[in-house]
Amino acid sequence: MPSTERAVLETEDYINADYNIKSWLLTTDHKRIAVLYLISVTLFFLIGGLFAVLIRLELLTPQGDLMQSDTYNRVFTMHGVTMVFFFLIPSIPTVLGNFLVPMMVGARDLAFPKVNLASWYVFNLAGMFTLYAMFAGGVDTGWTFYTPYSTTYSNTHVVATGLGVFIAGFSSIMTGLNFIVTIHRMRAPGLTWFRLPLFLWAHYATSLVMILGTPVIAITTLLLAVERGFKIGIFDPNLGGDPVLFQHLFWFYSHPAVYIMVLPAMGVISELIAAFARKPVFGYKIVAASSMSIAILGFLVWGHHMFVSGQSVYAATVFSVLSMLVAVPSAVKVFNWTATLYKGSVSFETPMLYALGFIGLFTVGGLTGVMLATLGLDVHVHDTYFVVAHFHYIMVGGTIMAYLGGLHFWWPKMSGRLYPQFWSRLSALIIFVGFNLTFFPQFLLGYMGMPRRYHVYPEEFQVLHVLSSAGASILGVGYILPVFYLTWSMRYGPRASANPWGATGLEWQTSSPPPTHNFLETPVVTTDAYHYSEEVTVG
Amino acid sequence: MSKAPFMPPQGSSFAGQVDLLYLFLVGISLFFSLLIAGLIVYLAVRYKRRSPRDIGVPIHGSGVLEIAWSVIPLVIMLGSFVWGTMLFFHLSRPPADAVEYFAVGKQWMWKFQHPDGTREINTLHLPVGQPVKVTLTSEDVIHDLFVPAFRVKMDVLPARYSTIWFEPVRVGTYHLFCAEYCGAEHSRMGGWIVVQEPEDYERWLAGERGQENRLASPEDLFKRFACESCHRTDSVARAPQLAGLFGKQVRFKDGSAIVADDNYILESILKPNEKIVAGYQPIMPTFQGQMSQEEALALVRYVRGLEAGK
Repeated sequence: MPSTERAVLETEDYINADYNIKSWLLTTDHKRIAVLYLISVTLFFLIGGLFAVLIRLELLTPQGDLMQSDTYNRVFTMHGVTMVFFFLIPSIPTVLGNFLVPMMVGARDLAFPKVNLASWYVFNLAGMFTLYAMFAGGVDTGWTFYTPYSTTYSNTHVVATGLGVFIAGFSSIMTGLNFIVTIHRMRAPGLTWFRLPLFLWAHYATSLVMILGTPVIAITTLLLAVERGFKIGIFDPNLGGDPVLFQHLFWFYSHPAVYIMVLPAMGVISELIAAFARKPVFGYKIVAASSMSIAILGFLVWGHHMFVSGQSVYAATVFSVLSMLVAVPSAVKVFNWTATLYKGSVSFETPMLYALGFIGLFTVGGLTGVMLATLGLDVHVHDTYFVVAHFHYIMVGGTIMAYLGGLHFWWPKMSGRLYPQFWSRLSALIIFVGFNLTFFPQFLLGYMGMPRRYHVYPEEFQVLHVLSSAGASILGVGYILPVFYLTWSMRYGPRASANPWGATGLEWQTSSPPPTHNFLETPVVTTDAYHYSEEVTVG
Repeated sequence: MSKAPFMPPQGSSFAGQVDLLYLFLVGISLFFSLLIAGLIVYLAVRYKRRSPRDIGVPIHGSGVLEIAWSVIPLVIMLGSFVWGTMLFFHLSRPPADAVEYFAVGKQWMWKFQHPDGTREINTLHLPVGQPVKVTLTSEDVIHDLFVPAFRVKMDVLPARYSTIWFEPVRVGTYHLFCAEYCGAEHSRMGGWIVVQEPEDYERWLAGERGQENRLASPEDLFKRFACESCHRTDSVARAPQLAGLFGKQVRFKDGSAIVADDNYILESILKPNEKIVAGYQPIMPTFQGQMSQEEALALVRYVRGLEAGK
């Protein structure tokens, strides 16, 4: 750690402003709400992770010896539902976004602080429905809820889980709305659109997807509940419905939802690369524009989840070519991040290790995505472990790496404390190694023909499954470590200075942790983002 | 059976083509992954921070580079798109000489029917070198017929027909999986494709013929479900003529029209009131739930084969 200030006077900040529980539960301070969200999503991550442990344990052997099929099906479903709707979608926007969007625009809070608090309560209400469904016996439809299995055949808690997803959507919409209005209306004097940190461009693009896409999943889960509850035929052909219609509606949201997960991650990576190379992101405007084009094109590719569903070959062709197009702005970002290192002043603190790891894993995830978008090849690997490996590279290798990188980067700002560099670097390394060992074998399994969502499998797949489970145990250690040392740092970590990394950005110009109103006086912006002057003042 | 590491056996005529495309894209992916990883490592080490207060050289971008690294990936991806789409069109158009088999998926088994009506469960015997088209449907939820060695899969939908085709080129026994999650025993809904020399296949079929595992003939089903009481060829017919119907345009009461195919005939049996042929009354009872998918399939095939003037 560069330098630390020992003798900081006990000034009032957002944490010590008030200690009682009510001051947290009724707060409208975006920073405190970010902390509340941090607690919620961490809990859901641990629950989802526990299900992942059960999956990997069961798959150690080809026979179904740990659980019954029914149980296994519930376990992978609840792993997916928890991770997608209660961790991956909310994590970066609601924790890092909530904390940073107002600070980065130089505002005292988000545009609608009460809506922000309401979104946290709505989110937890949604979580309650899902937890209820879990404890009441679970749900076994897969996180994709495909009909008519989910509406007519499953006898598990589909409606309660669906309601959880439905309600969680409202909290997403509230967050998205808040970010859009804040970025439009509350920028500090001089902070023009093209001076915004790329984190904000990414969150702006994400917010658009959130408010335009989420209503569609709400409609879809509602229709599902109506068919299941009242036997009104929408999706089940026995009732006069069309099962493929469900897939269209579901993926019309759930593909863009992938970009809700990964766009904010890309925003985080832009910040980290700039800060640890101490120079502007290469091709700033292109990187900003690529976020917007990903958000827009992302709405036009849902049919690539349905290449073997019986949709027309011409529709499949159009979806295939559009999926190729959406990969271009992602590739452009990767090249720009890499080029940013050129003639930089590169240092390897923990957040940077996560960022570099992200680029590598996201590249593999993206390239295998191109393979999946290729029609003739998708027919073979569709619904196999190849797909499972691909989306874990994007979501775990991408989103979670970026989330952890961001959390380590802004932790000194959020908590006012520094954490041990040795342990944090070690955990970043363990996660990178464990991740690859877990998910790379799954590409091979998929091409060999191992279908996903299989409780028992032919013996020839066992070696690769054992490797994958071994990797998962390493990955688990990597995820648990930060829980310990970050918690430890809150009490015992050295106090952080205002700008421990020597980074640009308005959030680093105020103290750590920031005062309740973020800035003592409204900041004025006179330079582009990532403007490093002659020498950096650390601290 | 040739077997490369981490590849399923090449059991069909296009397994090799899919593998070629796969290996090409693996090559491209390896090249770009190593390029990016190499650049990151090289640049990060080369431009490592020397002193804590150092900053980088502010470089804002390069139009030429941006164009280069947008256009090059785009060209490669469009190439991959064209290649993959050509293969996909090939996969979705069964050749004219393909022999038709049937598969019905139900929780949790596969029921197959050979062209001569012989039936088997969870195993499908096929002669080598003969292109095969399988017409698929489901009794309940969505399933998916997946044969890794053939590099093909297709969703199997309730109340709808989909098709898949392949040409087995190597004698052998290959995995058959259900690839669309379908409930409790999804992972046990599999079996084997047994590809045999044509003479072995014929011998096997002959052996099966002695068994009582064949469906009632379509003519019997046509009588049993009383189809002929309305779909008659004489002048008192209360329902449309079926002979010569297949492949012809049908006009409906509401003025719309459709070419009669398998899915139209199936819908007319299961949900007769969906589309009313112009000039007729909606008097036909629904057969949804009254007959098994195999019986419906047999009837569809029967209607398809009825030629005009017979």
